[in-house]
Amino acid sequence: MLKLMKSDFMTIAKELAKEHREISVAEFFERNKHLLGFENLQKSLLTCVREAVDNALDACEDARILPQIYVELKEIGENRFKIIVEDNGPGIVKKNIPKIFAKLLYGGKFNLCQSRGQQGIGISASVLYAQLTTGKPTKIYSRIGDGKSHVYVLHINISKNEPEIISEETLTGVNGHGTRVEMEIKGKYIKSRLSVNEYLQQTAIMNPFAQIIYIAPDGKETEFPRVVDKLPPKSKNIKPHPHGVELGILIRMLRATTARNIAGFLTSDFSSIGRTTAIKVCEKAEVDHKISPKSITRSEADKILDALQEERIQKPPTNCLSPIGADAIREGLTKEIHPEFVATLSRKPTVYSGHPFIVEVGIAYGGDLEKEGNISLLRFANKVPLLYRQSACALTKSVTQTSWRRYGLKQSSGALPQGPVAILIHFASVWIPYTSESKEAIAAYPVIMKEVRLALQEVSRKLALYLSKKRRSKYQEERIAMFKRYASEIAVALSGLTGKEKEKIEENMMKLVEEKIKKLELETEENSELITEDVEETEEKTEDKFKENGDIE
Amino acid sequence: MGLTEERLIKNLQTMGKRVLENINQGENPELEILTRALNNVYYDNSTGLIKLGDKSQKRYYFNVNQAKKFMQTLLIADRIKWLMEQGKPALSIRQLFYTLKHNIPGSKENTFDNQDESDPIIEDIEVMIDALREQLKLIATPKGVLSGPIMVKDKTGDLLDYTKMGSAGGAVPPIVEDDFFHIKECSADFILVVEKFAVWNLLNQQKYWKDANCLLLTGKGQPARAERRLVNRLSTELKLPVYVFADMDPWGYYIYSVYKQGSINLAFFSEKSGAPQAKYIGFMTKDVKTFDIPKSSHIKLENVDLKRIEELKNYDWFKTKEWQDELKSLKDFGNKIEQDSLVAKSIEFTAKEYLPYKIENKEFLN
Repeated sequence: MLKLMKSDFMTIAKELAKEHREISVAEFFERNKHLLGFENLQKSLLTCVREAVDNALDACEDARILPQIYVELKEIGENRFKIIVEDNGPGIVKKNIPKIFAKLLYGGKFNLCQSRGQQGIGISASVLYAQLTTGKPTKIYSRIGDGKSHVYVLHINISKNEPEIISEETLTGVNGHGTRVEMEIKGKYIKSRLSVNEYLQQTAIMNPFAQIIYIAPDGKETEFPRVVDKLPPKSKNIKPHPHGVELGILIRMLRATTARNIAGFLTSDFSSIGRTTAIKVCEKAEVDHKISPKSITRSEADKILDALQEERIQKPPTNCLSPIGADAIREGLTKEIHPEFVATLSRKPTVYSGHPFIVEVGIAYGGDLEKEGNISLLRFANKVPLLYRQSACALTKSVTQTSWRRYGLKQSSGALPQGPVAILIHFASVWIPYTSESKEAIAAYPVIMKEVRLALQEVSRKLALYLSKKRRSKYQEERIAMFKRYASEIAVALSGLTGKEKEKIEENMMKLVEEKIKKLELETEENSELITEDVEETEEKTEDKFKENGDIE
Repeated sequence: MGLTEERLIKNLQTMGKRVLENINQGENPELEILTRALNNVYYDNSTGLIKLGDKSQKRYYFNVNQAKKFMQTLLIADRIKWLMEQGKPALSIRQLFYTLKHNIPGSKENTFDNQDESDPIIEDIEVMIDALREQLKLIATPKGVLSGPIMVKDKTGDLLDYTKMGSAGGAVPPIVEDDFFHIKECSADFILVVEKFAVWNLLNQQKYWKDANCLLLTGKGQPARAERRLVNRLSTELKLPVYVFADMDPWGYYIYSVYKQGSINLAFFSEKSGAPQAKYIGFMTKDVKTFDIPKSSHIKLENVDLKRIEELKNYDWFKTKEWQDELKSLKDFGNKIEQDSLVAKSIEFTAKEYLPYKIENKEFLN
């Protein structure tokens, strides 16, 4: 499965290869590993787990299988871990196994669809990381449901960027289907923030249709249960939208196309372009629309790109998106956080720079959430948790720029609000606009910010309503308690004044309070107040400068 | 006023019974209380006293802002009834506060947190059952000091001769009703009420009361209830003229008016405490020239003073021509003269020159 992201790296890698033939892929990786999620031991462990789990979820979703994922971490030495990730996906056909796992930047088409894979360079980078840090090969088991299990032990031939098969065997009499990856890496295990556990829990929230079982290095097993039995809609592949391509991509598409002429290339390899528009674009770019795409020069490609940007073109189709939906987000938040209140929302698809996208949000209150301190912000891009670089992210900015006090939460200006609240924001698109290569923060396109803000406003209004209702009912309870408390004192006084039995008076007094409360609750539902709040006509103090009578001793 | 103790106890009982009735009939329990504020006070020209109107307000139990006060009102009423029935010694209103302040079971709340809560409720009850605090066995601390030719038999049976009280004078007891403070004999020709103790003290040392054959009283600033009640008794029962010697400023004028017509907050007490015949014998603006008061004794009127002058002008009991003229002339003069400052002329000036001159020439403000 090729992601556009990977093709970017492909461009870089190829160009590097042209200019400096002596630079190996391994060196390229070594130089760029901070961009690929391997800048330190702690993050490297997380990246390897994440690549494997994201692949597993993508494979299951593609094959319309409800995912069941097994993750195990074993500490086999100091800062040395064995990672095992197994899924119940469709498995991988035998001949594809070595290339998928042991060839960097392997892939083919230019089509776009919403998938998790954009996150990093892919599982092969993890295989290379394992090889470079521990020298150990990676072991793959794949079953495609034909009763066999293909087992490969793989290295990457670093100078050639080709798989190196250490061993392979085929087991027979095996049931089911799925893929299992085992690798040994150098890493560092932590439990708290930015940990594997946090990643898996957030993944479980965003993918409530998946069951995830996690065995931590200390042997502790955690199950993140499946609570939704329906997968999100399958995302369709779409061709790139003309407003979303850059020159490099356009040039590569021109090289790879099977179209015979440039007009045909524009209509068949892009979405939303008809023949009339295609010819108009060629005219504007002063390119003969009948010539072969292969003969287009770089400067002609540049002109075509300009012409494409100027042309008014229909919006791209949005069936390439796979939102999980408000209900599933609710289920996900509920099962992991056990909140007393949840509101969720899935917005309609919108487009930025030719790329369709959807914003989904959820807000949860109470439950397992910390009462004090900042709220928990859960950011997702295509169902994958974004753990790092929170403050640089447009999703975070949308939250900090919202005025939360009006929704009943504390907030210092420009900061995250405070309280037992989790805010979930899911950005789903065929193309995630990251701020930098580290792919942890989304860029602040105004249209994206606006969508997030509108979505947050809607769920926050519901939270505010809930909180004010909660405060009101607490206030009511306090009032009732007050009336009962005073009633006992009054009974004593009235008994003294009238000589009647205190117990009897108290009983009647309590009865009266109960009656008034019933009426009060009834009327509160209709939003009116039975018990008058009008302030007693203020007793004007005498204007005397001195206190009269010398009453205070 | 002047109801018997039995009658007052009965009134308290009735108050409780009405609330019980509310409860038994499922109504919101209520208490009706006469409003004790400027908007329910009027000046009665025929008696020359400030009186309480008939505007009342209701205090409800099922009202978040009133519930506690409602409870406190009943607690105080109950305690007052008990004090009267038990024949206990009179308590100060602070002591009453302490007898009632307690934690409400099952909460962190107290019945009363400070005396500011109980004091106004005592006054509420006074008007509700038509009683005076003194009858309710509650006392406010008096500050007054008295000297002069009067013989009194105290509740304790002791005989008090106010000509033999030395330089400190005799204290005015908290309750000056006849059974506590029985006047046996009084040969004075008038009462001189002095605003400040310092001035009273100098006059007493000089035995001014002997020279002028008068009673010399001070309430030390704003008088407490006992001093006002005493002036009322001396003025009504013994028909003694009352002269109030106060500062030449709006605050002094107001103290004079409290002795004479009563106060806003205790309007219901005016009939028992007012002395409508009282006259102001303090400095007048024209006296500054007459007695040639040196400029060094003038104190410039501040904004608060000017504001207070405007307020006094609007009180009905200051609406006589001579007072309106005097208030205007004080404002024009722009300075006040404290009674203490007369010593600048000479230590004996007040006793030997000023007061005799004023009384002889009947130079009063009325």
